[in-house]
Amino acid sequence: MPKLTIDGKEIEVAPGTNLIEAARALDIEVPHYCYHPGLSVAGQCRLCMVDIEKAPRPTIACNTVATDGMVVWTQTERVLETRKSIMEFHLINHPLDCPVCDQAGECWLQIYYMKHGLYDPRMVDEKVHKPKAVPLGPHVILDAERCILCSRCVRFCDEVTATGELGIFDRGDRSEIGLFPGRELDNKYSGNVVDICPVGALTDRDFRFQVRVWYLDAAKSICPGCARGCNIEVHVNRRRPHHAQGRRVARLKPRFNAAVNKWWICDDGRYGFGFVDDGSRLRSPLQREGGQQLPVAWDEAIAGVAGALTAHPPAETGVIASPKMANEDLFALRRVLDRRGVTQVGFAVRPRVPGDEDKLLIRADKNPNTRGAELIGLGGDTAAILAAARARRIRCLWIFGHDLLDAGWPEAETRAALGAVETLIWSGTNANATSALARWVLPSAAWVERDGTFTNFEGRVQRFRAAVDQLGEALPDWEILGRVLTALGEPTLAARAEHWFRELGRSVPAFAGMTYQSIGDTGQMVGATREAARA
Amino acid sequence: MRLGQRFYVVEVVAGLALTAHHFFRNMGRHIAHALGRTDVKGAVTVQYPEEHRPYSPRLRSLHRLVRREDGSPRCVACMMCETVCPARCIYIVADEHPNPEIEKVPARFDIDLGKCVFCGYCVEACPEDAIRMDTGILEFSSYSRTGMIYTKEMLLSLEPASPDGRPTSPVPIPAGRRP
Repeated sequence: MPKLTIDGKEIEVAPGTNLIEAARALDIEVPHYCYHPGLSVAGQCRLCMVDIEKAPRPTIACNTVATDGMVVWTQTERVLETRKSIMEFHLINHPLDCPVCDQAGECWLQIYYMKHGLYDPRMVDEKVHKPKAVPLGPHVILDAERCILCSRCVRFCDEVTATGELGIFDRGDRSEIGLFPGRELDNKYSGNVVDICPVGALTDRDFRFQVRVWYLDAAKSICPGCARGCNIEVHVNRRRPHHAQGRRVARLKPRFNAAVNKWWICDDGRYGFGFVDDGSRLRSPLQREGGQQLPVAWDEAIAGVAGALTAHPPAETGVIASPKMANEDLFALRRVLDRRGVTQVGFAVRPRVPGDEDKLLIRADKNPNTRGAELIGLGGDTAAILAAARARRIRCLWIFGHDLLDAGWPEAETRAALGAVETLIWSGTNANATSALARWVLPSAAWVERDGTFTNFEGRVQRFRAAVDQLGEALPDWEILGRVLTALGEPTLAARAEHWFRELGRSVPAFAGMTYQSIGDTGQMVGATREAARA
Repeated sequence: MRLGQRFYVVEVVAGLALTAHHFFRNMGRHIAHALGRTDVKGAVTVQYPEEHRPYSPRLRSLHRLVRREDGSPRCVACMMCETVCPARCIYIVADEHPNPEIEKVPARFDIDLGKCVFCGYCVEACPEDAIRMDTGILEFSSYSRTGMIYTKEMLLSLEPASPDGRPTSPVPIPAGRRP
């Protein structure tokens, strides 16, 4: 393994590591625009210049592989002067429209200008003007004037999605990013070009002019869009509620996890958070009185649900859990079922249209926690439960989250099953056709409003954290189920999601030894601790 | 403390004597002035609101939004003033401008003058010189809190003060100003 010295500090790196990554391992930042660890090296921006001893002139760090005995300096006067000149070069035709640019506040031109630029502008000529506010596709909008032609977006479309919509056209200072004729930037991962664009050239149409980025708070989370469980950051606007029509969740951004999603997420996941602030969100428990569902207090609703579970014998009770629930919720449900001895439980509901899948990230299973539901032992024949309900063998049915009337089963049959049930309990985040039929409706907190864990299809348990407060009176499912459990005569001390997870670790072997601390930010494989203990 | 001060009745009488001294002295001077002795001047009070003292040109008065030549706001809804405002009294909602050269306009630009502390940071922060506090208008009291909220249209309708500092545009009346 090559051993080199950067700014006087020695480090050993894997063969083939370039100087930017080697410096990063020493916490030394080499400024760069075009280099991205997930893409090929272009050497386009020339900003990552470093001095290498015995080399006649500064060299770009991105395209220089670390070799044994190399001595690198990143802060020499010559390097600093070079950076300044290159920054000046990049900004020659930049419109400096930071006030209207959505990137302002997280723009690498701004950051590096403050760190390495700060020169007096010498440009007196008129700047070259290029197209502004050009939509490239359903999610991305281009401002060609702001572009510094780093070509990250072009390389992303060529190398990661292999769709090749984008190219650099024309020459010299008239070069600009654009679409090939007849093409549109509409691949399944198009939103990622906004993330990798270091400047404000490619911005998000969904986020455009909604909130300034300095108003946002971030929380580490997991995408609930499919079984992959991509690591994300939830960006929420809590400081200026009059922005973005009052929507609290402003955007989702991918979070690097080498084992799951690397730097990327798909567009379905990125823009799939609309339900959180949708008008259909349930804000308080509801009880059906005659033909209407009316708000009731939580105590009343919990007593009503617990009463229904007690009144019906376990053999007449069925539960359809949801693979969109967190491990903590599913385990709390497991405890409620065990308390009452209910065995008719399932979670799989056939979707109306089968999910799409690709080789990069997207999984056909659009639920984030199918594996967790299986491991916690909630798997069962959901169709059989509905058939039993139709045959009036199940009199009390508790459905979590699903809209069974919008599933892959004949709607009339499902409607007959739901109509035949005496007590229909529904809990979830947003009202739907199924919840409208329920006698008791319990409002759940959305995933961004609470802590929890999902188990992805590979068995990786990953944490998501609360980013905003719960809407109205909505509560996390584990808390609802904990209250029901207490009402059924089995008081629980678990007051936080973490407590439920600890109990899950004690009861379900796959989760043995896991804690929120051991999961950390990158997740932990189920059974990993057991194997480690055995070894 | 002197003995005389401890019996505060003495001090009360002394105070009344001072007030009476000024009263009669001024009365005499005003009478003399009225009788033609124009060199003699009594103390005067500004008869507000009929009279105003001249305002300083640096006075920070009611805000206005500067207009472009076509009458649209110069503001590009960059939220700098909203961000810098220590009283958080500015509420901006951005919208798309039909001209891509301008790109961004405020769909809503409200200032809650009930919260404003007249620090002038918004004027300092504005990169477009789109907000100024030079209308010379200081009299915009209201019977209600909603009456202190000035919308984009009201702020756009205002003109700068005349060189003597007097307002040149009428004070807009927000809805709900009177009970």
